[in-house]
Amino acid sequence: MPLPLAAPRTRSRFRRVLAPALPIALLLLLGLAGTAFGDAFSPESGGSPQADDIDRLYWFVMVVAIVVFLGVEGALFYSLFKFKARRGTVAAQIRGNTRLEIGWTVGAAVILVVLAILTFIYLPGIRTPPNSGPNGLQLADRVLVAAGPTKQLPPNGKALNICVNGQQYVWRYTYAQNCENAPLNAPFSYEIMYVPTDTTVTLDIDAQDVAHSWWIPKLGGKFDAVPGYSNNTWLKIPGDLAGQTFRGQCAELCGRNHANMTARVRALSPQDFEAWLDNQRRAIQQANQAAQRQRQRVERGQQPGG
Amino acid sequence: MATQQITAPAPVPQVVAHEIERERTGWTSWVTTTDHKRIGIMYLVLTFVFFLLGGTEALLIRLQLSQANNTLLDPQTYNQLITMHGTTMVFLFVVPVMAGFGNYFLPLMIGARDMAFPKLNALSFWLLAAGGLVFYASIFFSPPECGWTCYPPLSSKDYLPSGGVDAWIYLIHLTGVSSLVGAINFYVTIANMRAPGMGWGRLPLFVWALLIYAVLLILALPPVAAGVTLLLTDRHFGTSFYDPALGGSPLLYQHLFWFFGHPEVYIMVLPGFGIISEVLPVFARKPIFGYKAVAASTVVIAFLSLLVWAHHMFTTPSPGFVFVFFMMASFLIAVPTGVKIFNWVATLWRGTVEFKTALLFAVGFLGTFVMGGITGIFLAIFPIDWQLHDTYFVVAHFHYVLMGGAVFAVFSGVYYWFPKITGRLMSEGLGKISFWLMLIGFHVTFLIQHSMGMDGMPRRIFEYADVGHLQTYNLISTIGSFILGLGILVTMINAVRSVKRGVIAGPDPWKANTLEWFTSSPPPVNNFDTIPRIRSVEPMKDIRRQVERQMGREWQEPAPAPESSVQA
Repeated sequence: MPLPLAAPRTRSRFRRVLAPALPIALLLLLGLAGTAFGDAFSPESGGSPQADDIDRLYWFVMVVAIVVFLGVEGALFYSLFKFKARRGTVAAQIRGNTRLEIGWTVGAAVILVVLAILTFIYLPGIRTPPNSGPNGLQLADRVLVAAGPTKQLPPNGKALNICVNGQQYVWRYTYAQNCENAPLNAPFSYEIMYVPTDTTVTLDIDAQDVAHSWWIPKLGGKFDAVPGYSNNTWLKIPGDLAGQTFRGQCAELCGRNHANMTARVRALSPQDFEAWLDNQRRAIQQANQAAQRQRQRVERGQQPGG
Repeated sequence: MATQQITAPAPVPQVVAHEIERERTGWTSWVTTTDHKRIGIMYLVLTFVFFLLGGTEALLIRLQLSQANNTLLDPQTYNQLITMHGTTMVFLFVVPVMAGFGNYFLPLMIGARDMAFPKLNALSFWLLAAGGLVFYASIFFSPPECGWTCYPPLSSKDYLPSGGVDAWIYLIHLTGVSSLVGAINFYVTIANMRAPGMGWGRLPLFVWALLIYAVLLILALPPVAAGVTLLLTDRHFGTSFYDPALGGSPLLYQHLFWFFGHPEVYIMVLPGFGIISEVLPVFARKPIFGYKAVAASTVVIAFLSLLVWAHHMFTTPSPGFVFVFFMMASFLIAVPTGVKIFNWVATLWRGTVEFKTALLFAVGFLGTFVMGGITGIFLAIFPIDWQLHDTYFVVAHFHYVLMGGAVFAVFSGVYYWFPKITGRLMSEGLGKISFWLMLIGFHVTFLIQHSMGMDGMPRRIFEYADVGHLQTYNLISTIGSFILGLGILVTMINAVRSVKRGVIAGPDPWKANTLEWFTSSPPPVNNFDTIPRIRSVEPMKDIRRQVERQMGREWQEPAPAPESSVQA
């Protein structure tokens, strides 16, 4: 059934080259723009050891990915240009090649085994916190609450614990070793978390209302705050970063003002941290007492504030 | 060779189908039709209407994000838009558009006169239409604002008391039953109604993909139907399946949702793979490289896709062992996917590639999908996912596989099959303009989103502060999205224009391989008067060869080469 098809227009060599060159040039341009912006190619890091480990693991994977990418796209573009239909060319009627196909199946599997091994090499450093450093906050010599299914403790079992609670649309931090029975007068803060440097800090993360997700990019990965569950992570900010603030925000859709549920972690030297904690404890106590006096006045039938 | 045994007196095969019954016209004939081709057309038209709606929502989202601290949309509207966009694209476009192609071409490709259950087929279309109607009716009241995943507790009545979430649940049920009915129909049709001689080894690869699509739908839809039903009873009838204060678990919902949600990804993309496996051999003038491997990898991907759901939950409070298992399972799925990609490239290798628009979209799919697959490996490694999860990196990743992947495959299918459906060719010139606009627009929009995610931008935020390079990245992405939108518009114009004014296509404009081209364009109501016996995976090639031989002409297409010659 011969069919009348539009005769192929003769295209100049210029156009033949231009058509594929355009997207390639565009990709290159975007790539260059990316390098100009610096750290556009990997997750943020620098605030805590596991963020650095994730970054290193990421770059190993990236190298493998670039090799695979160039190989596949190279073969694709090569066959498109080399085997473009031309007068007199005939397509080879090849139906397969078992050896070649087994070869690339095994090849793909080997690459993934390598990636899995790399992941398992980095995993302990990312999941398990190290001990606090010598210049860290000196913690009492006692073991914390037991490690849970998601909670990892440093080898010596000593870490400062902070309870992180997500609420629409703010983070609340309670500075207590045991989050389930935190003392009622435990110091707390909202939005800004204060942590001592060179100290291993474990976080117990939960949520008050809907699900939220705790994420400070420079300090490592994100961990969901789900009502009814306790999630865990840790951080250990190097001593020379005291005074720095690390920014992040809620990463799980939690309602209309999800975009405004920001979080900051301010690194303080252990001395400054203890001073801040004492100050906070005192301030909260004073506020509580003031509120108590207010209540008593209301109960006695006086005007509030009067 | 079977063809050499044919003796001279045999009649010359030709398109002998003719109309037995006068085709009915008018709108009632469309509403009451049980013809798989008309249902297929209605599917395609309706899903493309939803595609344009979802695309408009996407452009509004991109407009809002083009500037830091933008005030174009308020947070409530923004959350409604992201929910509408995601839900529309998944449930009202990509899944049903594949059912549309399936409806039209499945019977034609296997040499059947209709689907096994024509009335159920009509039912599944009208259920889809009802689902879309119920969902879009919510824009007159209060659309849902919980994202396309609608996780509780946010989607519980305490936090979103309005009816939007209920409209969303209703949509899941209606489109779910629609897909389920359609899937059973596909499965039964493929199992029972193949042309004589069409064994499993001669099934077109698009039909293989539809078979697996159907099986996955049957396996994956009941859990999500259960999941959203529990959400419905939690919202209205006082149960507490997901309320932790009363002994429920929000994570239960996530497990049920993703047990469906991950197979859903392959439900969306496997038929796209099938389209690519049909288009590449036709335009490279070469048989598919490794038919068995391509068909088998479809089955393996489907099986593994049922074992990877919790890689969407790497940041939830779950034991480390769970993460390791789901990471390894997700790695495994890369092997059959890689096999497919290698086989497609090998199909082009030593072919004679004709750069028609359908092939351009197929190749655009291939080049883009590879990138989406590679970023998927990053996300499968759970410590890396802890950084990338729920950021724009993930948004970029799933648009690379679903937009650059599935949607490019759909466009390839549109250009490839449009002449069969309408009898007219689409304009190649407009098609190529559309392709380049879409390819460039797509990469400008989504490549930079990887960097946004790594710069700390979570998904689903209605505004962002002007820190880092977020302002620049977002502006680039927004510009890209409008180029992409323009490209899509060009194809829409092309399609509408070509229905009336396109070049008459004839029965087999591409000299293709499969049986749908052995009918007139458009095919008559009963498809085939005589169904040819199938002797290979490329029945049309056999038929053309036979025609040429019996008409005394030299066979033009080349003889098979020895298999080992691939290394040359």
